[in-house]
Amino acid sequence: MSTDLVDELRATIKSSTCVRPRGATTKLRAPANGCTTLDMRRLAGVVDYQPTEFIITAWAGTPVAEVQGLLAEHGQYLPFDPLLTERGATLGGTVAANACGPERYRYGGVRDFIIGARFIDGNGNLIHGGGKVVKNAAGFDYPKLMVGSLGRLGALVEVTFKVFPKPEAYATLRVDCPSLGAALALLPKLTNCPYDLNAIDLVIGAANEVAIFVRVGGLAASLSQRMDRVRSLCGGGEIVTGDAEAQLWRDAREFAWVAKGVPVVKVPLTPSRIPALDARVPLARRRYSVGGNVAWIATSALDELDATLSSLDLAGLILLSAPDDPRIGRRTSHPFAERVIRALDPQNKFGQATPRSPRVNSPADATRDSR
Amino acid sequence: MNQAAFLAALRKIFPEHRLLTTPAALAAYESDGLTAFQARPLAVVIPETQGEVIQAVKACYQFGVPFVARGSGTSLSGGALPVKEGIVLALNRLNRILKLDPQQRIAVVEPGVVNIEITKAAAPYGLLYAPDPSSQPICTIGGNVAFNSGGAHCLKYGMTSNHVLGLKVVLPDGELAELGSDSLESVDADYVGLFGGSEGLFGIALEITVRLLPKPETYRTLLAAYRSLEAAGDAVSSVIASGLLPGALEIMDNLSIQAAEAAVKPGYPLDAAALLIVELEGERAQVEAEWARLKEVIDASQPYLVKIARDDEERMRIWKGRKSAFSAVGRLSPDYIVQDGVVPRRRLGEALAEIEKLSAKWGIRVANVFHAGDGNLHPLIMFDGREPGALQRAEGLASEIIDLCIQLGGSITGEHGVGIEKRQYMPRQFSKTDMDAMWALRKAIDPLELANRGKVFPGSEAPALHQVGAHPLERAGVISRE
Repeated sequence: MSTDLVDELRATIKSSTCVRPRGATTKLRAPANGCTTLDMRRLAGVVDYQPTEFIITAWAGTPVAEVQGLLAEHGQYLPFDPLLTERGATLGGTVAANACGPERYRYGGVRDFIIGARFIDGNGNLIHGGGKVVKNAAGFDYPKLMVGSLGRLGALVEVTFKVFPKPEAYATLRVDCPSLGAALALLPKLTNCPYDLNAIDLVIGAANEVAIFVRVGGLAASLSQRMDRVRSLCGGGEIVTGDAEAQLWRDAREFAWVAKGVPVVKVPLTPSRIPALDARVPLARRRYSVGGNVAWIATSALDELDATLSSLDLAGLILLSAPDDPRIGRRTSHPFAERVIRALDPQNKFGQATPRSPRVNSPADATRDSR
Repeated sequence: MNQAAFLAALRKIFPEHRLLTTPAALAAYESDGLTAFQARPLAVVIPETQGEVIQAVKACYQFGVPFVARGSGTSLSGGALPVKEGIVLALNRLNRILKLDPQQRIAVVEPGVVNIEITKAAAPYGLLYAPDPSSQPICTIGGNVAFNSGGAHCLKYGMTSNHVLGLKVVLPDGELAELGSDSLESVDADYVGLFGGSEGLFGIALEITVRLLPKPETYRTLLAAYRSLEAAGDAVSSVIASGLLPGALEIMDNLSIQAAEAAVKPGYPLDAAALLIVELEGERAQVEAEWARLKEVIDASQPYLVKIARDDEERMRIWKGRKSAFSAVGRLSPDYIVQDGVVPRRRLGEALAEIEKLSAKWGIRVANVFHAGDGNLHPLIMFDGREPGALQRAEGLASEIIDLCIQLGGSITGEHGVGIEKRQYMPRQFSKTDMDAMWALRKAIDPLELANRGKVFPGSEAPALHQVGAHPLERAGVISRE
């Protein structure tokens, strides 16, 4: 059945001048203007899962939540902490948008866990890269290339991930900080300590109050002892456990802290760049995740943010409630990317540029995007 | 190609002592860790700056001369084998650590930096660079990136590519590109990931931004001895099924044990059919809790002996034995071939039983050391190169082992790369469409096929080789090396 669907998709790509792969549209919206939509959700289901191999293979249109459920039955998980799973995010969309959550801090992001991929390129060819073993150095690393490709390099058909045993229990330390400066002074103490921390997020609240959240996971037997040490390192803080703890991070992953319809922009950075950026977005809700390696900025003032990011030489991606062109800030282009695109999509089928729309979301957009 | 004009162009870039052309000077560069293959390049240049590398690449492009970048030459797949008529860029002098930022946990290094030097530089800050190939004290980071090298800790930490965040590269026509950044995250397709492991076919990395990790607080290491390889393999499955994530999970068979014991006396039990080494690492309280669980799992796997490293010294002795296994096999046999195929972990037992049969069939001893947690085999195929036909038979056996890995759903290489050694096996692992797509990519990035020509793809132009003699498998069309 799925093989027929793949053939159908290949034929569509071959016969179309412009195509757009689309999953559950939880993140980036696939614009429809003249392009043929490839509905990837029809390619759904787990293909192969061997818990003792630490590997799972599934069709790209499979909801991430379905995979997480299956893994959880065997005490395993996707350590890169996929985003928006409760809203229906698919595996393919998660890879294409490189949508990792706060816990990617501990073991790595999508790029660190994707080990195999099959995708249809702009020529309509079904290409396979990587494999179904956790260690593999044969051939060009197409699976990694697909991470963050935004559907520009091909339509993902099937993906294989390395998985890990899921921490038996979690606890989180919340440290309220008097200022951003104080929080940023604490950050390297945490990132450089030899404690195994699952997530470190610096959160700016609605009234610009600053807090650091440190998540620790592992065997239940040792957790309280470990939490005491983290608290001691931080000089205090409140330990949160149980459902309230799980809710904290679910809210982060599902962007529950963002008002409905407000665009959310992902900005990769390093902790040292936080002060300059933060000073420029005082009105936005923001969260510095992954130990200060990602800024999540919720704002409707996208044109302003575009200019701000460009002036700070930062690139961004509007992940939630995006207009047609989700790129913002510094646009990267280099000869290596150009040559890769030329090889995989010589007729520019995945890249038919949509005219850049003004960076303003209409109320209609807001309603549509917040679903 | 006008050789004289090309050499004249190189002379404008490099002083005499850094442009080698005499046979004596070139001899050291004729092969890498895979010594069965040798080729003499036209010249070797020794750049000291990134600018010199770029100029040399541009000269190569202008004159259509193929080039091979090389560090310490530890490739075991012939990845740094020169191309006859081409040049070698020896990058060992590009060995500066340009930046080490402990707060951001990154280092920016040049390609000639030796792997372990990064960890040494990071150590005062309690940080380390995680990827640790066995050749760590000598191999360079540029080669690690080109071959996406592995090591004993890949199950938990991944391979080299997982630790590279950004690259400044010179493409095969001399154009520069900046890929990735110094952040753990990105908003573009992962071009850094694609460049990693491309075996030098996409150009040369001039600057490499790597991420650093905090050094684990503590380690707990045990060694369990079994009466059969199967029992050790089953123990690995039990450890994985128990929900533990060890830093390392290694198996050695009896021949490897004997070799290691003869070489460095790590105190291994000589009568064991298989030894399992398991190491937990991380935060003390967590490791202690995991340790209790691990001991239960190991006891249930019924080893006849368990040794626990009581201190760092005992731990290092266990690892010294394991890490010396390759060289120690040299005491058992004058020559050997190391393979590095991968099989799904659950099929390890099957693979080992089959390798044993193949060993008997060919009448060749095979020692097995492997990264059991990853299913990454390292059969050491022993032979005496002075004996007529011995190398050919050893390669015949190696070929069958590679086929076995593909049949079992694995890969022809876990960490050594395809290089020239395994390029003829690529079409057995990848379909024609896959191979065509890879070739199209290669041609789009390097239309003249100048960068590390002859590697990875079968049938492409290859360097002339000094072989020990006619190869029956080549005559039969099973392997090719031109």
